[in-house]
Formats: sequence, structure tokens, C-alpha cells
Amino acid sequence: MIETILASLIDGVLLGFVYGLAAMGLALIFGVMNVINLAHGPTIALGMFVSYFAFTSLGLSPYLALIPAGVFGLLLGMVIYGVAVHRVINAPHLSTLLATFAVNMILIGIGTAVLTTTPRNIDFRLGSFVAGPATILWNRLAAATATIVVAGLLYLFLQRTRPGKHIRAVTDNRAAAELMGIPSSRVLALTFGIGSMLAAVAGAVIATLFPFNVLSGGGYELKSFLIAVLGSLGNPFGALLGGLVLGALEGVLPGVVPTTWVPVFEFVLFVLILLWRPTGLLGGRQ
Amino acid sequence: MNRILHPGLWVALGLPALVGAWPLLTGSPANRELVFTILLSVTLASSLNILLGYTGYVNFGHIVFFGLGGYIGFYLMSAHSASLYLAMAAGGLGAGLLGLLLGRAILRLRGAYFALATIGVNEAARAFVNNFKPFGGPIGMSLNFQVFSEYGGATDALWLVYRLMLLLTLSVILVSFAVKTSRFGLGLRAIRENEDAAEVMGVVAPSAKSWAYTLSAIFPGIAGVLFFFKNGNVEPIDAFRLHTSIEVIVMVMLGGAGTVFGPILGAGVYQRLRGLLLVSPVFKNIQLAVAGALLLVIILFVPAGVVGWLRHRFPFLRRVLE
Repeated sequence: MIETILASLIDGVLLGFVYGLAAMGLALIFGVMNVINLAHGPTIALGMFVSYFAFTSLGLSPYLALIPAGVFGLLLGMVIYGVAVHRVINAPHLSTLLATFAVNMILIGIGTAVLTTTPRNIDFRLGSFVAGPATILWNRLAAATATIVVAGLLYLFLQRTRPGKHIRAVTDNRAAAELMGIPSSRVLALTFGIGSMLAAVAGAVIATLFPFNVLSGGGYELKSFLIAVLGSLGNPFGALLGGLVLGALEGVLPGVVPTTWVPVFEFVLFVLILLWRPTGLLGGRQ
Repeated sequence: MNRILHPGLWVALGLPALVGAWPLLTGSPANRELVFTILLSVTLASSLNILLGYTGYVNFGHIVFFGLGGYIGFYLMSAHSASLYLAMAAGGLGAGLLGLLLGRAILRLRGAYFALATIGVNEAARAFVNNFKPFGGPIGMSLNFQVFSEYGGATDALWLVYRLMLLLTLSVILVSFAVKTSRFGLGLRAIRENEDAAEVMGVVAPSAKSWAYTLSAIFPGIAGVLFFFKNGNVEPIDAFRLHTSIEVIVMVMLGGAGTVFGPILGAGVYQRLRGLLLVSPVFKNIQLAVAGALLLVIILFVPAGVVGWLRHRFPFLRRVLE
């Protein structure tokens, strides 16, 4: 009994890294500009497709395909910011929520027409190894490693580089940052790009684990909301922690309650956390 | 007395009444189905407007009330063979009660946090109904065809549902107008502009918001009963579609949030436009993208919506369009 739970816990936590990666972009964008990016799901889905085409057409290893997926996400995010978000960045929440949702509808609409909703699959299996009670898939371990690498790079970027410092300055106080000569619009566009890049990379990683279609991003978007709130909305590294918690829950819960009840618990938990601690497990700014 | 004579009320009631009377006069079932969809959208949009337009709270889970009300009414009709009227009352009451309880809890959140919570509520409700055995779980429930004989056969029952829907739509509009022109509505709009300042001026924000939420929940609850009675079956996927919630928001924004006539116009235009896009071979596959582009253009360039823009541009219309 304990061994089964331990095995599914390990499995869940490894998956949790990927969930965390998917939520990091959402949290970063919210933290810097107070915008909830409802185009997050389609961005994840498009990341999956970039990786899929790089793998099937160019024969790229799915892990190298994270790079074109990331570049695609970065550009897509900057375009979304310029077209849809910039004009309403200072308007009430409703405007940015609806503007990004409009982008979601456009991407899903075009994506469904062009890519159809046929399930796709990146046929790339690395096999597995046995560690104690658990059988661990190399694919999942590699996905978790990729997440750690990306999170590390993001940390270095935010802490050590000039654009990263600009982003943190704009997060703290946009007006003051502008007075110091930081071009805040460009920084916001870059942030939106990086947030979308993280989403697209997450999509590319997920594509190595599960079959997907153009609508698959939606489920991860909902999970990302939950994770971002769990971790602390606005803190990308809190989101990574939130992802691990959710992954562990998803690993253990099916052993305790019927699988179909798991989403009920997840979303009730989501609402309760919003009510009880909207700043998340890590606390942080309101 | 002045409020009853206000032309804004008669324009807002008159247009849906005229359009709604058309199928009754022609007696054509095709027209009836077309107008039913529009009336349903007007009901959903006008009720959402009480919270979204007047109070300024973004609700992504408006469809929860539609689904839950529909489920409660449907359960009473199929399992306890209750009458349609009783089911409508129960559906409205159930949705209203949920609104009141939920409102007490989540209306403490503001801005984006509230919007996120409503998405969570929507997903939680759908996942719950999916697993709830009395409601038929993922398969849902369906009505025995015999039920319709009580209302003079299936054909007559459909006309009855249509007339009730028209009545419901006109009552929502009346309530929406009454709220907007009342002291209560003034309080709501003060909350929208600045909640803290409103509280300082004596608006009891928590209770005002809860009542706005409750009021906006009752009508979709009743509409859900009518819709699923007409369909003869109910499934979790149809009842709690996050997408429909968003479509309703688009309608409100298109017509003009915070106006009485806006959601009516927005719902009618959106449904007609959607119908045209769906039959056009060019747009059929990308109708979602077209709707998205339309929404984006409104948000970016005409945030006040059609009615808001008209009122701003032509001051004399302010007396006619409320």
C-alpha cells in the first residue's frame, strides 16, 4: 500500500515539475504587470506543435526542439503584447482579461481550422528504470530536468542581466523605473514574451509525455491558474513549488478517492486558497 | 411614476417584445427556434450585466447558474415528475441561493482574484455534477416523452416554453431597468467606480454586492430549466460550458456594459452574426477567430460598446437609450 502510494507520489512530483513550468509564465506576467494572460493555454498548445513539427519534419530531438518552441513563444508573446495588451494595460482588469481572452479565441479558432483537433503524439520513448518500489520513466525524469534547467536560466536572467534587472525594477514600481530611464513599455513587452516563452517551452516538454491536440492547452491553463495561486500569484518560483504540490496531490489523491473526483477537489481547493490566502503559500506581495 | 414613463424603458422592452411576438404571429417553428436562442442570450446577458456592468465585477462563471438551475429543475421533473412551473421556481430559487452563499464568500475578492475564483467555481461545479449520481453523472438525464402530454403534446409544450421564455426575458429587462434607476443601483455603480469611496459614502458594499450577485443568478437559473426542458435532456458538458460564459460577456461588452439596452442589442447582434458566420462556408471553420477579433476590436477601440458609444456621440439619444 505504502509502496504504491510512494510510487505514484514520485510519478506525480516529476509531473509536477512540468506543471510548475507551465504556470511560471503566467505568474511572471501577473507579477510584473498585473495581467492574467488568458491566452496562456493556446500558447502552450502551439509550443507543443512547434516541437511536434521540429521532431517530425526536421528530425530534431524533442529536447533540442525546446529552443525553437521557446523562440516562437517569445515572438508570439511580444506580438500579443503589442497588439492586444499595450493599449489597455492601464485600464480596469476586465479589459486585459477580455483582450487576452480574445487572443485565445483567435488562436484557438485559427489553430482548429489549420491544425484540426486530431490527436498528435511525439513518438519518442526513452524507456524506464526501477528505483526501489517505483518504476520511473526516463521521459518524465528528462522533463523534470528540463524544467529545472529552464527555471535556473530564468533565475540567472532575472538576477544577473540588465534586462532582467529592468524587469524587476518595473515590477517594483513602474513609474519610478521610468523616471530612472527604463523604457517600461519595452520591458513589459519583453516580459510578456518571456512569459509566453515559458508557456511554449512547457508545451514542448508536455508533448514528450502525452498525446495532444490544439485544444490541450486549456486544461494546463486551468491547472496553471490553480498552481500560480497556490504558489503565490506573481512569483514564478512560487509557481514551481505550487506545481510540485499539485503534482504530488494528483499522484496521491487517485489512491484515496475515485479518479473522477480529483478535479472536484482541485478546484474546490483553488477557490478555498483564493479565499483563505490569496497571496499563496509563499506569501509575498498582495 | 416618472420611471415608468421613461422612454429608455419602453425602447428596451419594446424591441424584444416586437421580435418576440413575430414567431407567435407567424406561427412558424423555425422562427420560434431562432428567436428563442436570441431571447435566451438576452436573458443571460441582461442578468450578467447587473453584476458585470453595474457593479464592475467580472464573472466568468455566469453559466454555473444556468447549468445548476437547469439541473435542479430537470431533476425535479424527471425524478419526481414535478410540473414545469414548480421546476422553474426551484431552478430560480436554487440558483439564487447559490448566488447568495457563493457571493458572501467570493465577493470579498476583488478584480482579477474574483475573476479567477469564478473560473474555479465553474470548473468545480462541472466536475462535481459529472460525479454526482442523482444528477446522472457524466451521462446526464433525459425526460420521458410522456411528460410533454401534460402540456398538450410536444408541439404545444414547445410553444408554451417559448412564451415563458419571452415573459422571462421581459422581466429581466424590467428588473435590470429598475435596478439601474434605483438607489440600490446607484450604490452598485458607486462600487464599480471606487469601492472604498462608496463605502465611505455609506454604501454597504458587501450586502449590495451579494444582492446584485443573487439577482443576476436567479434569471439564468430559470432560463436553464426552460432550455433543458425544451431539449429533453441535460448533460454536464452542455450545462457548464466556460465558453458560453465568455460569449455572454462578449454580448454585454458589444452592446455596452452598464446600460439597460446594451446587453439586449449585443445579444441580438452577436447571435445573428454567429448564425451568419456559421452558414458561410468561408467563415464556418474560423467563426471562433472572427468572434475573437470582433471582441478585441471592441475592447481596444470602443470599450463602452455600441450603446455607450451612441450615448456619448449623440447626446439626444441619452433620453431614449438607457
